[in-house]
Amino acid sequence: MWNDLFVSILALIILILVPLVGVGLLGLDYLFGIVIPYLAFTIFIGGLIYRMIYWAKSPQPFKITTTCGQQKSLPWIKHSRLEAPASTWEVGLRMFFEVFLFRSLFRNLRADLVGKRLVYGSAKWLWLGAILFHLGFFIIIIRHLRFFVHPVPDFITLLDEIDGFFQLTVPTLYVSDILILLGLVFLLLRRLVDAKVNYISYASDYFPLLLIIAIVVSGILMRIFTKVDLYAVKELAYGLVTFKPVLPKAEIGVIFYVHLFLVSSLAVYFPFSKLVHMIGIFFSPTRNLPNDNRMVRHVNPWDYPVKYRTYCEWQEEFRDVLEEAGIPIDDDWCKETQKKA
Amino acid sequence: MYNADKVIVGILVLIIFFTTPFWLNYKRVEALPKPERAEKGEKCIEDTAYMRAYHMKLLDEWRNEKVRESKIYYQSSDGRIYLKSLQRTCMECHRSMANFCGRCHAMFAVKPDCWKCHIAPEEVKKWR
Ligand code: HEM
Repeated sequence: MWNDLFVSILALIILILVPLVGVGLLGLDYLFGIVIPYLAFTIFIGGLIYRMIYWAKSPQPFKITTTCGQQKSLPWIKHSRLEAPASTWEVGLRMFFEVFLFRSLFRNLRADLVGKRLVYGSAKWLWLGAILFHLGFFIIIIRHLRFFVHPVPDFITLLDEIDGFFQLTVPTLYVSDILILLGLVFLLLRRLVDAKVNYISYASDYFPLLLIIAIVVSGILMRIFTKVDLYAVKELAYGLVTFKPVLPKAEIGVIFYVHLFLVSSLAVYFPFSKLVHMIGIFFSPTRNLPNDNRMVRHVNPWDYPVKYRTYCEWQEEFRDVLEEAGIPIDDDWCKETQKKA
Repeated sequence: MYNADKVIVGILVLIIFFTTPFWLNYKRVEALPKPERAEKGEKCIEDTAYMRAYHMKLLDEWRNEKVRESKIYYQSSDGRIYLKSLQRTCMECHRSMANFCGRCHAMFAVKPDCWKCHIAPEEVKKWR
């Protein structure tokens, strides 16, 4: 809600001011160029691994499969492979469509009151905004490899050429930059304009959107308006990833440090916020469990080891009484099951 | 930990993915190539820091002003006058397209269109 929006904006302003003061006024290039990025990367990876192990430790008492389609059953009943996958392979397929195409978002519905009637309709906008944003982000990150790798691999050069195809400005404004901004602005507006979504939006929803918008905007500014010395950027970035960190002799420009500090902030924030759904999706029981309840028995890992008595033991104890009452004794069957056990 | 085998594979994939640049550089780390110094001339038309960051914008402006508005002279910020010309001003001192422009551009996957119409000094030498 509105307070949450203002808190997020305030947090973002502070995050922008820190490098402006730190590098612009105090000249702490080494801290902001080398120490903080290394630290942020370590926390990012360490945090994600911590979350994975933490999740993997929680037992899973039941199989909670989502049933969006017909479970595998008798051969003449058509099995819905993606909606109720029965094998690991089919689960993999469902996961693939989920991760790369956001398939479950494509099922998004909207509910509106028309007069007194509640009416449901299809709503693909969320899916579209999400795809634009995630795809744009991914392409931008891949393209950024040109700062970190030498010589630049051909596939990055090719991607750069395709993405910059329209040559809208000098240097080219990338298509992925426009798409990611469209996606991000839509996702933010959705939370501001739609009362139903606004009502359930908190700082933890606004802040990541605003942070990523700020990263993208600072990047675009740095590329097209307040340019920086890219040679110096590469010296720094290449030094970082080859573990021979050096501060370039030439000055890079403060806006670069703003960009880098915001990215570092994102990295630190990532594992401990909702953004960790990047990893969480793989741990989602409703996505990663096969719907094979009728084929495989699921054992609850924290089942109490119940002390039980078999039928045969019971029969042995009450043999006399049973015989007296004329109830048939099942000796053959008991011997057989004992052999099997 | 449940499903330890799968989780450990997941952690490894995560680490390898986010260290991609390290692997792409693996075993071929070298000093980054430096663009060749100008063969003559003491001073570029503007100072080095500006030229490094903004040369493409400057050239773009030159192109527009010269071709579309016939303004053929450029006054630098310290008052000197230059002919707006890539071939006859810039490349007069920076004598090599490959060793000056090319070295940096290759480092950033940049492929400017200049040389689709302009003739690089290397090319000129061949025809002399
Ligand atoms: C989450 C990670 C990041 C995101 C989302 C991001 C986003 C962007 C965007 C949208 C641009 C505009 C131009 C383009 O699309 O290439 C940009 C430019 C830039 N970014 Fe990033 N960035 C990220 C990380 C970094 C890092 C770690 C560095 C440090 C080397 C960096 C350095 C730069 C530079 C130097 C430019 C200007 C490029 C140019 O002038 O051609 N970015 N960034």
